[in-house]
Amino acid sequence: MTSRTGAQLVAEALIKENVDVVFGYPGGAILDTFDALYLAKDKLRFILARHEQGAVHMADGYARATGRVGVVVVTSGPGATNAVTGIATANMDSVPLVVICGQVGTSVIGNDAFQEADVTGITRPVSKHNYLVNDIKELPSVIKEAFHIASTGRPGPVVIDLPKDVQKASTSIPYPETVDIPTYQPNYEGNMNQVRKMAAAIKKAKKPLAYVGGGAIIAGATEELYKFIKKTRIPVTETLMGLGAYPEDEPENLRMLGMHGTCYANYAVQDCDLLIAIGARFDDRVTGNVQTFSANATIVQIDIDPSSISKIKTAHIPVVGDVKDVLTKLNEIVEAPDLTEWWEKIEAWRKEFPLAYGEPQDGCIMPQYVIEEVSKAAGPDAIFATDVGQHQMWAAQYLQINKPRTFLSSGGLGTMGFGLPAALGAQCGKPNETVFSICGDGGFQMLIEELAVGRLNKLPVVCVVLNNSCLGMVRQWQELFYSKHYAMSITDTTNDSLLEPEKEPRYIPDFIKVAEAYDCIGERVTKKERVAAAIKEAMEKAKKERRPALLEFVVEPRANVFPMVPAGASLEQMMGRLV
Amino acid sequence: MKHTLSVYVRNRSGVLSRVAGLFSGRGYNIDSLCVAETNEPGYSLMTIVVTGSDAVIEQINKQLNKLIDVVKVITHSGDEIVVRELMLVKVSATSQNRGEIVQIANIFRGHIVDLSPKSLIVEIYGTNEKLKAALEMFAPFGIKDIVRTGSIAMTR
Repeated sequence: MTSRTGAQLVAEALIKENVDVVFGYPGGAILDTFDALYLAKDKLRFILARHEQGAVHMADGYARATGRVGVVVVTSGPGATNAVTGIATANMDSVPLVVICGQVGTSVIGNDAFQEADVTGITRPVSKHNYLVNDIKELPSVIKEAFHIASTGRPGPVVIDLPKDVQKASTSIPYPETVDIPTYQPNYEGNMNQVRKMAAAIKKAKKPLAYVGGGAIIAGATEELYKFIKKTRIPVTETLMGLGAYPEDEPENLRMLGMHGTCYANYAVQDCDLLIAIGARFDDRVTGNVQTFSANATIVQIDIDPSSISKIKTAHIPVVGDVKDVLTKLNEIVEAPDLTEWWEKIEAWRKEFPLAYGEPQDGCIMPQYVIEEVSKAAGPDAIFATDVGQHQMWAAQYLQINKPRTFLSSGGLGTMGFGLPAALGAQCGKPNETVFSICGDGGFQMLIEELAVGRLNKLPVVCVVLNNSCLGMVRQWQELFYSKHYAMSITDTTNDSLLEPEKEPRYIPDFIKVAEAYDCIGERVTKKERVAAAIKEAMEKAKKERRPALLEFVVEPRANVFPMVPAGASLEQMMGRLV
Repeated sequence: MKHTLSVYVRNRSGVLSRVAGLFSGRGYNIDSLCVAETNEPGYSLMTIVVTGSDAVIEQINKQLNKLIDVVKVITHSGDEIVVRELMLVKVSATSQNRGEIVQIANIFRGHIVDLSPKSLIVEIYGTNEKLKAALEMFAPFGIKDIVRTGSIAMTR
């Protein structure tokens, strides 16, 4: 093996790990690695973000859409600290990333050198694992381990802090073919005895319910889930992260549960006698009051992460293992229970309490209507990346998500700014699919500069910006729980009155001019009649011209996300069931 | 309730802060922590005493196991283990009461490891209860300083 530098080894390792695209931003302490990436540019496409947080969200969107490891390379100090929000976002949603950060030379670490930060210290609680590489001899195995750890078990981001002198040093140690970490052996195989117990519980259940989370999608278990549900006809409800695990156009799907879930899903959760959690972790936005959550049910929990099991709600039948493996075993032995009465009950709820929204009096566009039209126009394979807030919940409620890895959203951390870069990253990984970024006017501004990345890399992402001139979810909580004190949540005025907007609409920023500045397609839609056509035209134009389109919809600012379970309340205590 | 955990870890840089950070980040409180090498090169043993309900201890156990550098975690309970701790106590002493203090130290099988005109240092090891009892006996003389190692534990 010939000798090569640490920087060249990084490029070699990325190629050997079949990485095809790298996201990032250069800087002093990572220059050597960028030089090596430059020389490998035929094999490694580099996407230059405009902010390191954007770079990490792009890699995250790429990973969520493709199931592959997203790779980020940034510099030390501020480069790495800017990346932290992105790393934490990926960590909460179990997204596989390898983030390589430059670091000052080993001889000056700890000296408060220029652009130095304790990156392993900062990222430790928000990553699956991290490394500070002190010696070039460790580098080959560290990179191999990083890819292995990021992508196996419960996936997550792994950070490699790479000092400048290690990038410059040489080694002839080959890049390892295999990896074996004795202390890290995720358990994929579900215990057959537990699977049998689960099958027995299903057989005698009268009111079972499958509660499916992101784990089912990460495990690639959607076919097995489909077989399981079709065989047993057990109703399915999905978490935000689980959307797409089971097709929404199938009758068994009761859509999302939890704080903004459907009434019929939440009623089913509270009424069921057997709750089968499949790769779901009982998040507080799902459970509401934990004590009263599904209080009368036997709880089965399938999860690859033992620490997720019984963390919040005691599982009566815990099954540690990969969802795909467990469901495969279960499908062989499971027998369908008689659910005629249960389905009658559910169908009655579904009929009585459908998802619905009111029409505004003054001809304003309702945001839910925009989402419905996007869904109709999008086609079956379209990918949606959302930001965080009201629009995110409307997207979860009103989009038809029928396939896994097509609904990308920051569920755990709830990171505003995610929606645009994640969509760009997804489009890099899925160049032939239609990709939508669904954002509010607040979050879209957080990383709006990434439009440049879309334009320069010819990414035809359609950005749907629902502009209600306020931070809608904050405003909604203030309306409902803070005596309508709209503290700092109305973005287009300096007063707090939502009902007395300025006479002339002021667009600050003027999103269409921003689109123009980045040489993207832009249109402001203010009339309901124009919504469907604008979406269709933007999709066609973006695809044809290979550049992003920004559609700003000026929507009803007073619209709220309903149904809503107030924080900490019991799931059946829904507000605005019919609004 | 107090629980004693033996945590075997790979002796890598940052492993102590990984373990300590897990406790602080999730709001668990460490009563004592003791770290030293094992007889296997490259591996260390951390003995951690922590207060919490059984559910909390189970979660701590799982979270520790999730750390890549953690080899194994043993949660001790009841009397299946031997627990010891070493303590140094500096007690105020005069020529009048020095003899009495030495007597007390002897009863607790302690040693006088330093002597000066106004104080002496007693070295005592044993269970938590024994150290507590010794401190109660020394208290009336005036305790100037205490240093304790934290518990170490071994399964019988």
